[in-house]
Amino acid sequence: MDFFSSLQELHAGLLKREATASELADLSLQRIASLDDRVHAFLHVSADCVAAAKETETVIGQERILDGIPYALKDNMCTRGIETTCASHILKGYIPPYSATVAERLNDAGAVLMGKLNMDEFAMGSSTENSGFFPTRNPWNLERVPGGSSGGAAAAVAAGMVPFALGSDTGGSIRQPAAFCGVVGLKPSYGLVSRFGLVAFASSLDQIGPLTHTVEDAAIVLQAIAGKDERDSTSANIQAPDYRAALTGDVRGLRIGIASEYFGPSVEIGVRNAVTKAIALLEQLGATVSPISLPHTEYALSAYYLIAPAEASSNLARYDGVRYGVRAVDAGNLLDMYEKTRSTGFGSEVKRRILIGTYALSSGYYDDYYKRAQQVRTLIRQDFLDAFESVDVIVSPTAPTTAFRLGEKVHDPLTMYLSDICTIPVNLAGLPAISVPCGVIDGLPVGLQMIGRMFDEQTLLRVAHAYEQAAGMAPLRPALAMGVKA
Amino acid sequence: MTALETVIGLEVHVELGTKTKIFCSCAVEFGAPPNSHVCPVCLGSPGALPVLNEQALALGIRAALALNCSVPAQSKFDRKNYFYPDSPKAYQISQYDEPIGQHGFIEIAVGGEKKRIGITRVHLEEDAGKLNHSPYGDVSFVDLNRVGIPLIEIVSEPDIRSAEEARLYLEEIRSIMQYCLVSECRMEEGSLRCDANISLRPVGQREFGTKTEIKNMNSFRNVQRGLEYEQERQTGILARGENIAQQTLRWDEATGTTLVMRSKEDAHDYRYFPDPDLPRIVLSAAYIDARRDEIPELPAQMRERFEREYGLPAYDAGVLTASRGLAEYFDQTAQRVRDPKSASNWIMGELLAYLKAAMLEIDEIHVTPFALADLIRLIEDGTISAKIAKTLLKDMLDSGKDAKTLIAEQGLIQISDEGELRAIALRVLAANPKTVDDYRAGKEKALGSLVGQMMKETRGKANPQIVNRVILELIAGGE
Amino acid sequence: MSLSRKDVLHVAALARLHVTDAEQEALAQELSRILAYAAQLNTLDLVASLAGVEVTSHMSVSSMVTRPDAPGESLPPEVVMANAPDAEEQQFRVPAVLEG
Ligand SMILES: [Zn+2]
Repeated sequence: MDFFSSLQELHAGLLKREATASELADLSLQRIASLDDRVHAFLHVSADCVAAAKETETVIGQERILDGIPYALKDNMCTRGIETTCASHILKGYIPPYSATVAERLNDAGAVLMGKLNMDEFAMGSSTENSGFFPTRNPWNLERVPGGSSGGAAAAVAAGMVPFALGSDTGGSIRQPAAFCGVVGLKPSYGLVSRFGLVAFASSLDQIGPLTHTVEDAAIVLQAIAGKDERDSTSANIQAPDYRAALTGDVRGLRIGIASEYFGPSVEIGVRNAVTKAIALLEQLGATVSPISLPHTEYALSAYYLIAPAEASSNLARYDGVRYGVRAVDAGNLLDMYEKTRSTGFGSEVKRRILIGTYALSSGYYDDYYKRAQQVRTLIRQDFLDAFESVDVIVSPTAPTTAFRLGEKVHDPLTMYLSDICTIPVNLAGLPAISVPCGVIDGLPVGLQMIGRMFDEQTLLRVAHAYEQAAGMAPLRPALAMGVKA
Repeated sequence: MTALETVIGLEVHVELGTKTKIFCSCAVEFGAPPNSHVCPVCLGSPGALPVLNEQALALGIRAALALNCSVPAQSKFDRKNYFYPDSPKAYQISQYDEPIGQHGFIEIAVGGEKKRIGITRVHLEEDAGKLNHSPYGDVSFVDLNRVGIPLIEIVSEPDIRSAEEARLYLEEIRSIMQYCLVSECRMEEGSLRCDANISLRPVGQREFGTKTEIKNMNSFRNVQRGLEYEQERQTGILARGENIAQQTLRWDEATGTTLVMRSKEDAHDYRYFPDPDLPRIVLSAAYIDARRDEIPELPAQMRERFEREYGLPAYDAGVLTASRGLAEYFDQTAQRVRDPKSASNWIMGELLAYLKAAMLEIDEIHVTPFALADLIRLIEDGTISAKIAKTLLKDMLDSGKDAKTLIAEQGLIQISDEGELRAIALRVLAANPKTVDDYRAGKEKALGSLVGQMMKETRGKANPQIVNRVILELIAGGE
Repeated sequence: MSLSRKDVLHVAALARLHVTDAEQEALAQELSRILAYAAQLNTLDLVASLAGVEVTSHMSVSSMVTRPDAPGESLPPEVVMANAPDAEEQQFRVPAVLEG
């Protein structure tokens, strides 16, 4: 048993007493100890995880798959009593007074929190190089980025340090790192998973989801975290269906849409080929494939890079050094305190986005920027609604490239933003989407993105699962992870 | 120089009388120890999210309707962004372009004339925290208990023409809010607050003059004083041919002047945008109707009815409608007596004096409107004298017993039996021949002395009208 | 759309961020590039097609979520203050606030 085993297998092992929960927690600690000095996925490892694991040992039951299973959280989900920083200096040492709903639900399900994962500061970035503390490296190639902003989560799962992790996705921050690290990443429909306790980046776009090795694992974790939360007004009032029951392996008659807008010149040839091959496989399995059009895709990036910073500029205004977080020490007056605290506490990308967002909302520019972006958003949603009249799932690359080198794009924000072109429209429309591995090029994984109808995670998971089974690729195991004894 | 006209608009904040804050379940309590009613939501903890208090919404809608506003089927919350230590999220959740109420009005009585003051809008928002300042002036302290207490902001049209009108408007707003059980509106506790915009212009000119905004007028008296001061100040500036500077001013009660807080150049850019954490407010017609049905008869309507139905003077109607409790008390009393004016007299006289002395509210006393009406009826049907009734009312207030019980206990029933009184009168006349002679000699006062003797003999229980008549008859008969 | 150094300073002041002289020019250029890209939203064709299009400001499918007016637990006072960078007697301490 290791953390490339499925959750079902781990659960069976615990039931059969092949291992105990505290042994799994120990195993996770060993993996972290032996790999993380190279990968740098974790910001914080929980001190009492083994003790917590021990507590679950007496209660492990048939139906409670997550009992005793180790996992980790992206460090933008609040954990009571455990430091939560969003990888920002401004929150260094911050101990939340409460836990995020997802953390509570996983805790109730018996899962054991191993620690908190690195990310781009406040989830702003696509490479985890914007972490205020250190960059995370891609377990497939340590010279490469793991993607972002949930880079720590993708890397930790890919390297087998934990069997699953939760990330957050505002413009692709679960799916793109999942693609870069060769794991499954699911961004649920907006409102399916509570955002209570998720430190907000862009409130109308943020959504929490799982990173796992298999689609079935993603379904199991989603089951545990999905559903109405009274503490999040945007949480949808729907009963989560049985997601695993949807994994029939049957996609006959399923209609798949291919949008040319997602296969533009920025998509590398290797990625294009892998995705094309995956589509062909789905056709062989009995799905039909037809071209669709999402005509407003070209405006999605612009809209996103106004809406997300605008909301962020407001969401991040609370970091003022008054009630929590790090206050600049040498401030003379109140204004000075605000400016010094925020200027030294935030990294450059965060400041850049705060400035753009402030500008987009400021007097005289609101209509030309923020309001127009929100109208474009309506058109993008409508594009998807129209497309879903004739297809059930839309398939595309997750990212136009495989993992790029550290430092390659970090000084060129706009180019970095452009690498999110396939994932961003999905957040603007609030839809569910999943990235599953569809190949490895030059030692780097490629991700296949599938986009579903609002709250139709079942169909999405069914297609992803059928593909995964037929392709026989999961779980992917990077070379780094193979040499490790556990 | 042409005559100047004063133009005033008020922004009134009213705390809604909910048990909990508007977006979290922290209890609302005035005067609690600092930061004792704070949770992740109102502390602005990272990741915490707001959920709207249904009662705050209901009270807000009720208030908007009571102010004759139209309430749209949809509205939304917006974020008002500004940095200040009393604002934990660095934005206030408020409403910008889609408030819960618009285009309302109320009526005030100015010099006996009714005047309508327009209400531009009513919107819901959250209160900010409280700042306490160190006496040394080097630091300030932040208490977040008040953060998130639900407020409505009521913005008037610039229809107010004097400081007195402003006070009357504010008093009427308070009255309406109290009648609707929206808020207790205690200005001294800050549950009613008022900022004002004031400008002057030549009479007949349409466009407004440059305005100043005055804050921190924390009592009805200060609202009037502050505006009167500012009106004078602006008049002086214009008289000198100078221009008014657009400023935000702070009323300083101690010196009775306004001080500059900030100038126009420092004006905020609040960067309002719709709060993505709070779904749009969608109200059904049935919901709005239900809120409308919760609105009781309002003070203006009640005043009118008391004058019309009970024939009360305007002054009485005004006093008796000062609070809903008092008005209802009077209404219930008046319905049960022959002469409503006597009910008004008793309440405005004895009862209000008692309440004031005992520092009680009308709903905290032993005597119900029914009991008071019973007492008044006993006077009306001659069972007791007004004088005895006064003593009785005191006893009733102290003991909680009703008038009939006390009368029985104390044997206070008025003697109206003419035969009995005639017999006593004969004795009194016989014992006071000098007084009788004085009266006959034209000293009117002597009659009072004889009546007084009668009252003494009967320990005040004699029916004074019958006593008067009997004595006069006996004196006349004895001639 | 291009931002001047003055624009940068204005926006930074609104956002309570201090921008050094050295950062001003670089930020003016970076932000100008990003906004120039975003300015595609202001192309005539798109603006024309946006006439009458509703804004999507809320993603939520549910509307009018409310909670009952029932008091719940507040945080223990020591927890409220636990992360405070500076505090005194159960209150957060800040440099003097001058405005009234
Ligand atoms: Zn609270």
